[in-house]
Amino acid sequence: MSTLLRLSGVTAFYGAIQALKGVDLEVNEGEIVTLIGANGAGKSTLMMTICGTPRARHGAIVYDGQDITQLPTYQIMRRGLAQSPEGRRIFPRMTVHENLLMGAHGHASGMVGETIEQVFALFPRLKERQAQRGGTLSGGEQQMLAIGRALMSRPRLLLLDEPSLGLAPLVVRQIFGAIRDLNRSTGLTVLLVEQNAFQALRLAHRGYVLVNGAITMAGGGAELLARPEIRAAYLEGGH
Amino acid sequence: MKLASALRDAALSALVAFGLFVALIGLHLVPTDSGLILVGRPWALVLIVAAVFVGRLAMLLWLHVRPAGTATPRRLAAGMTRAGRYVAPVFLVLALTLPLYGGRYMLDTGILVLTYVMLGWGLTIVVGLAGLLDLGYVAFYAVGAYSYALLSTTWHLGFWTTLPVAGLLAALWGIMLGFPVLRLRGDYLAIVTLAFGEIIRVVLINWTSLTNGSNGITDIPRPTLFGLKFNASGDPDSFAGFFHLDYSITQRFVFLYYVILALALLTNWVSLRLRRLPLGRAWEALREDEIACRSLGINVTTTKLTAFAIGAMFGGFAGAFFATRQGFISPESFNFMESALVLSIVVLGGLGSQLGVALAALVMIGGTELFRDFAEYRMLIFGLALVVMMVLRPRGLVAGRTPSIALGTRREIAAELVAEGRG
Repeated sequence: MSTLLRLSGVTAFYGAIQALKGVDLEVNEGEIVTLIGANGAGKSTLMMTICGTPRARHGAIVYDGQDITQLPTYQIMRRGLAQSPEGRRIFPRMTVHENLLMGAHGHASGMVGETIEQVFALFPRLKERQAQRGGTLSGGEQQMLAIGRALMSRPRLLLLDEPSLGLAPLVVRQIFGAIRDLNRSTGLTVLLVEQNAFQALRLAHRGYVLVNGAITMAGGGAELLARPEIRAAYLEGGH
Repeated sequence: MKLASALRDAALSALVAFGLFVALIGLHLVPTDSGLILVGRPWALVLIVAAVFVGRLAMLLWLHVRPAGTATPRRLAAGMTRAGRYVAPVFLVLALTLPLYGGRYMLDTGILVLTYVMLGWGLTIVVGLAGLLDLGYVAFYAVGAYSYALLSTTWHLGFWTTLPVAGLLAALWGIMLGFPVLRLRGDYLAIVTLAFGEIIRVVLINWTSLTNGSNGITDIPRPTLFGLKFNASGDPDSFAGFFHLDYSITQRFVFLYYVILALALLTNWVSLRLRRLPLGRAWEALREDEIACRSLGINVTTTKLTAFAIGAMFGGFAGAFFATRQGFISPESFNFMESALVLSIVVLGGLGSQLGVALAALVMIGGTELFRDFAEYRMLIFGLALVVMMVLRPRGLVAGRTPSIALGTRREIAAELVAEGRG
């Protein structure tokens, strides 16, 4: 298995505040890797730093053998990374169809029709609602739309930032199921940031635990799930 | 109970009106042989304060009497949206045939209205689609006008050669404005663009060696039709002479009218096309959520700059036309009032609506012409009209958003679902 994304010694700052304190992380091709941590641990910052805003101050981010640390965001996103951002951030006044098209922005237009059908096959609900405005969708549908929009660029690596945020457990299972199916059927690599540690670790092949901007634990999903300190901090105590 | 609070509210409004009008209307300066003397007008003051009191009371009572959740505005909106489909072609036909039934005065007014329609459509790209509030749009109008005026008077270049140059120069200035404001949004963006508009005007006043300062530029050549001039000489290179017609000044007005109509329709066509292209969709997405745009790999910088540049280009075209129509320009034609007027046309029309902008320009500019006899009260009437409009239809005359792409029939998104001031 080859490494698709490697972060080594990455630090990031918001002004004078250090949000990431030398993060090392690897995502191999075909894996689902999850990054769990409490509120404010720096999970979303890590996700955004991979995309170039905020830019990493030290360390290197290597994607597919190329150093992308200093590339502008829009160039990073054209190399086969796609992100479903925190809080979904769909375009509320544009239709579902238009939202999906935005995901294909800057990519070859030849495949768009085919890709849309693939997204509709993954989330049939989006097909029913394609003429509806994004803002009128339910939370779960909006999350499906955010993931579908990210998939429109036909990425190799999908970055998902808290897809379970504010969703009913049943919907979370549905969405995590879709991510698993996608990974199994197409080999899509996924880096999943989650607070919902239990679900995320069950889904992921491997996991990292982020505490105060630094990785404190790493290991297989099932292995992390079994550790008592994880259970205490993120499973029983947290929920 | 309700009546008491309504009375109190009305009394308060009357008090505010009194404070506002005590000097404005209550006092009157009369010029006499021995200088100005101040005359009191207590009755006028009493009258207007009473009018405010009664009007406010009537409005409050009407709002109270009207059943809550009435469906009228929604029906009205749907009706206007439906009518929109037929209104546009009718207006187009009326505009195309205006020279057949309109006199010289109507043509002149038509030219003025169309200039503002074009400016409105140009600004719609920046404000309506990309959501970048630009209070200095008149700067690009000025750049276009001065580009044509200077190029034609110094190097004797014709209108049709200079028109694209004027557009390009304006677009360049659009990009120059765009760079410093890339990170700004909302209020801050508005202030910087406002300042930019003023800077351009102040430079035009003070750079006397180039622009002749506040004296302006005179004798700007008129446009020609394939080299045919519009003058009374009767020469073979004049329009009347070439076609063996009797010269009439109306010929030039008809020609100018069709030039601005063509330019305005070009603006409309281009912005409608752009909306359906990835670039136009990126503008709209940018208006909705900039962070989401970044996460999708949209180059926010170029997207914003193209919006500024293309919007500015149409402002420049309109400016060049303005210069050639007037034959004379000075910095005073490009003050903040113009920016405010164009922006209120865009907002009044319903942000992003092409038909709405045309209707609003017709009402604002044509209306101004109608009220020419009440020149003093013109601004008062339009201020009032704007306030009433924003109360009754806060999203503009023709609000709503047509999806840029749809399977089957396009469905207009009702005005109620479009956020205020966002389109």
